[in-house]
Amino acid sequence: MGKESLQSAIIRFAPLDKLLDLGRANSLWPMTFGLACCAIEMMATGAARFDLARFGAEVFRPSPRQCDVMIVAGTISKKMAPAVQTLYDQMPEPKWVIAMGNCAISGGPFVFEGQYGIVEGADKLFPVDVFIPGCPPRPEALIEGILELEEKVTGHRRWPRVEAV
Amino acid sequence: MILSEPWRLLVFVAGIIAFIALNAAYLVWLERKVAGHIQRRIGPKEVGPFGLLQPLADGIKLMSKQLLVPKGVDPLLFKVAPLLVLVPAVMSFVTIPFSEKLVARNIDIGLLMIFAFASVNVMGLLLGGWGSNNKYAVISAARAVSQNVAYEIPMLITVVTMIMLTHTMNLNEIVIQQAGGVWNWHIFANPLMPIAFLIFFICSLAETNRAPFDLGEAESELIAGFHTEYSGMGFGVFFMGEYANIIIGCGLATILFLGGWQCPFGILPGWWWFLAKVYFLIFCVMWIRWTYPRTTLWGLLNLSWKILIPFSLLILLLTGAMIKVWPLITGAS
Repeated sequence: MGKESLQSAIIRFAPLDKLLDLGRANSLWPMTFGLACCAIEMMATGAARFDLARFGAEVFRPSPRQCDVMIVAGTISKKMAPAVQTLYDQMPEPKWVIAMGNCAISGGPFVFEGQYGIVEGADKLFPVDVFIPGCPPRPEALIEGILELEEKVTGHRRWPRVEAV
Repeated sequence: MILSEPWRLLVFVAGIIAFIALNAAYLVWLERKVAGHIQRRIGPKEVGPFGLLQPLADGIKLMSKQLLVPKGVDPLLFKVAPLLVLVPAVMSFVTIPFSEKLVARNIDIGLLMIFAFASVNVMGLLLGGWGSNNKYAVISAARAVSQNVAYEIPMLITVVTMIMLTHTMNLNEIVIQQAGGVWNWHIFANPLMPIAFLIFFICSLAETNRAPFDLGEAESELIAGFHTEYSGMGFGVFFMGEYANIIIGCGLATILFLGGWQCPFGILPGWWWFLAKVYFLIFCVMWIRWTYPRTTLWGLLNLSWKILIPFSLLILLLTGAMIKVWPLITGAS
């Protein structure tokens, strides 16, 4: 979702839009909200060793009204889905969603014939911007996800991409 | 430089607002850096050198965020409440002497005026919580008000003690009385004053809803407190008000106890010393915030009613006795 969902203004100034995008990309405040074990990795990302604060994204706001990005960290059970949906609806625009971990991407290990309790992926509920694979993803992967989201917002990447050896 | 009256007014109003806005922005940066280093992290470092552009990015983000007015709120109260927190803080800066000449209005009841406006600030929190039509916001507002009422009493008793010592409520005159070396500061005026300073500082922490007394924003129980429903700049204005109140609290502690703009060594202009002392105290506030866990509500009120108020009353009585009885004993008039 992201930029396409913003109401289009009558007049647009390209440099101003770029400035707004830069401001938004560099202060992505996530929501204090975790569903399962991926949330533990999310906490580790905010803590001393990995330090999400370096990118200005450590301001975990408890109120959805003050958040920019929702990190869906964990399994969305069908009982929890309405609450998650409400939290998403309560966030003011512009807002982004990161689906962290296999459960939030597709249901992960809980997808089998006849399963009745799990929502198979966060994108069944609302549009998702960045998917971070892993079970659970390492903190580096979440930081990479945040950088990916920044790239999506501004159109260019902060650091050169590291290729796998 | 002498300016004619309307120009002077304009310059001071613009200056005070710029000072508050810049300070709010960069104190947030400092807070995040201090928090980082206390928790053995680095803190913001990627956005600009040392993360110095972080407040700019946050400001742009907050201003361009959707200003949401949820269904069911009281539209007037909801919109007025952040201003009711920020405007009294701006007004209080009018009487704060940054140096001997750098004071917007050197009025004789400056101290009284600041505390009068500090009470309006509580009103802003209450209306913000009430107008939000959110149960967590109302609970938080009730907590903030009970806390502010409880801590205003020992704070004011300490201030009355100071007025008895100084015989004036004019902030600039209080600072002038502390001329000379460090030993002339009011904190060393008599053996009771360090305790009075401690009480004043603890109360100013509680008055500004800072940790360990930030019960109003206890995330684990109350989402985000009285500003739960505020998005974008509504929340930003609440935050600016909070940081402006911290500066006022630390500024008052500096003026009353630590010699205001008086410099102990006779070098550098007065405003430099005033700001140095204020920022040191603000650093202490942050240090306390990231070191101590949040108290409970009864712990907070017990601290006020059972410890701070009796001690501040005792200091008041002893200081009065010292002022009246000591001259009789020594024979001085």
